[in-house]
Amino acid sequence: MSSLLTSSRVTPVDIAKELAFFAVLAVMMSIMILGVETVDRPTGLELALRWDLVLLAVCATVVGRLGLIVRREHLSRLLQAALIVISALMVFEMFVRFRDLDDRWVSPVTFDMATQSVGRAIFFICLIAIVFAIAYFSSAKGRPTGDEDESNKISARLQVAYRTNTKKVGMLGIAFFIIFPFIFGENRSAIDLATLVMIYIMLGWGLNIVVGLAGLLDLGYVAFYAVGAYSYALLSQHFGLSFWLCLPMAGLFSASFGIILGFPVLRLRGDYLAIVTLGFGEIIRVILINWYDLTGGPDGIASIERPSFFGLADFSRRVPEGVTRFSDLFGIEYSSMHRLIFLYYLILILALVTNFVTMRLRKLPIGRAWEALREDEIACRSLGINPTNTKLSAFAIGAMFAGFAGAFFATRQGFISPESFTFLESAVILAIVVMGGMGSQIGVVLAAIVMIGFPEMFRELAEYRMLIFGAGMVAIMLWRPRGLLSFRDPTILLNMSKKEKVAGEKS
Amino acid sequence: MTDNKLLEVEHLTMRFGGLVAIDDLSFTARKREITAIIGPNGAGKTTVFNCLTGFYVPTEGRLTLSANDGPRLLERTEGFRISRNNGVARTFQNIRLFTGMTVLENLVVAQHNRLMDASLFSLAGLFNLKRYANAEKEALERAKFWLNKTGLYEFADWNAGNLPYGNQRRLEIARAMCVEPSLLCLDEPAAGLNPRESAELNLLLQSIRDEQGIGLLLIEHDMSVVMQISDHVIVLDYGKKIADGNPEAVKNDPAVIRAYLGEEEDDELPPEVAQDLHLDPKAQ
Repeated sequence: MSSLLTSSRVTPVDIAKELAFFAVLAVMMSIMILGVETVDRPTGLELALRWDLVLLAVCATVVGRLGLIVRREHLSRLLQAALIVISALMVFEMFVRFRDLDDRWVSPVTFDMATQSVGRAIFFICLIAIVFAIAYFSSAKGRPTGDEDESNKISARLQVAYRTNTKKVGMLGIAFFIIFPFIFGENRSAIDLATLVMIYIMLGWGLNIVVGLAGLLDLGYVAFYAVGAYSYALLSQHFGLSFWLCLPMAGLFSASFGIILGFPVLRLRGDYLAIVTLGFGEIIRVILINWYDLTGGPDGIASIERPSFFGLADFSRRVPEGVTRFSDLFGIEYSSMHRLIFLYYLILILALVTNFVTMRLRKLPIGRAWEALREDEIACRSLGINPTNTKLSAFAIGAMFAGFAGAFFATRQGFISPESFTFLESAVILAIVVMGGMGSQIGVVLAAIVMIGFPEMFRELAEYRMLIFGAGMVAIMLWRPRGLLSFRDPTILLNMSKKEKVAGEKS
Repeated sequence: MTDNKLLEVEHLTMRFGGLVAIDDLSFTARKREITAIIGPNGAGKTTVFNCLTGFYVPTEGRLTLSANDGPRLLERTEGFRISRNNGVARTFQNIRLFTGMTVLENLVVAQHNRLMDASLFSLAGLFNLKRYANAEKEALERAKFWLNKTGLYEFADWNAGNLPYGNQRRLEIARAMCVEPSLLCLDEPAAGLNPRESAELNLLLQSIRDEQGIGLLLIEHDMSVVMQISDHVIVLDYGKKIADGNPEAVKNDPAVIRAYLGEEEDDELPPEVAQDLHLDPKAQ
């Protein structure tokens, strides 16, 4: 603190004035919103005063402002980052407490939450470290100081390192996801969460073909997911077809729907296409709700058949006559976890297939044509590329992967209803793609973990999901408007190595 | 001479509502020749190109392209097929490159249809069969040839959008040539080039004409380019053809001079308007 008071142009009085001003502002804004709450008591509606929340809001504002002053005056990076982290923690604490009725003045709820389990503690520390790093490396414009260059160099070097080693990063990621069940083998919720994240990774990769590569804004992607899920559920219920037979069929059905939708609408561009696809997504959902005879309407379809072990064995505890039990097949003890782990590996394989097909298609004429179409449709036409067919192929292939994911979703849940296929799902998948960086495969993984993994880990804060979601989006738009990892790797290189290309672009 | 005909435009008319952009235009372009279309701004030159390359469907008229495999009617061909089946490639007045992709990728995309056929709707490509691998190698060779030809070899891995302006112009020509066209339509290729680049462009266009044996159709304002390299000049004014012949003849044609300089019309202005114009020439 002493350096703050002595070495700066601003006097302590100036700082005190500024802080006081913001404190007053914080009081005025928070006192009505946070300070007074209506509580439903047996005696009737009562007013509860939440001074702890007001105090937290004011403290967070003052500390945060102090951090920004330190940043503005280029005083000390460490102090700046520390203050901003403290302020962020206070805001977090405020949100957690907001739901608690009995005001506790002493013990911070955040601390209790963070120390509930080792995993969560690690996660919390990581989160704090990230905020700290961002705060540490962000510097105000104007008055450049000596170490500013240094930080730019670090982030630039990190970017170059990532771009030249994309393959290694990807391999590490795959290795992590493969050994994941061995680490968390007995932890049911961890496997469940990982499976859920993996579904969204797969959906994100599928949508990445349509939005990231072909540049077609699709707001109704979840419709194809729904078609896949209902295809499997209905085929299995009415015709008794097995999951392994239905999986390709679900993909095929979804792809056909993609073509049926795509044919009339793909002459539209940009916003207009987005609106039509949004409408299509809603139409599918409304049909699922209203066609009661076929889909069961809002009741959905229950007890959908679970997948077998490639038709060889079953995962249930009690199996019908003549069917082998999975545990017997391998001579191991029965565990209900086997099915979950099998499902996890199944979606992992499906997702990886999606990824590899996409990566390969990018380097083929069709993939190059998608990207060219995104860049300039008129030039594409002048080169003899059929824009309609090219767009349709992107739409159909994207839809096909959604269909696979949908069939998997149906067999995993065992129950589907139109509620799982709302517009919000489309928005979440699209957000994953945009946040990850359009066209970036690893970016999608990161974004899916952030968007799906975090909310599940903090179920206590479910009410604030949309709030945090919005704040996150604003932050992304401010700092990384083209997504977390928004680099385009060339599909073919002539003279340069990838490293030189990356280095050349930096300069 | 007649069997050398590449493109025959007969009675081409293009109307946009009440506006007649091209009015009963007929001309012929030949193989191994550079045909230039010139005219003041708004004369309808680019509209002719758009009709030829399938961006507009002409209101009236017939466009016959006699490539190697017999005559084809362009006005009956769907937009993108004109480039694919008939081999008409074009460049644009305001450059349209795939700016986010590398120079080499731009040239490979131009060979889309050939590669697409080789990849059997991507299936052969997906499994990297020999058939596709060979086709890709061939495409790469063709791209390298045009990179060398246009002097862009060292920039092959640059993003097209990062190239200097003159190189972007040349890249667009290389990209069009990778389609392997029988007719190459160039929309103001020399716009914005400095004299040295413009001279290089002349050499490039002449070598394309002489070595590839294709016909070139050229819209140009830069008279040094037009007069030096074109074999045949067509002058348009308000959608009508006002002159047609070799460069020398066209240069001295009184109708052309009138269209460009408009000397006689100056006298027809009312005196007070003419006075205003002289007082404040910049207001024009």
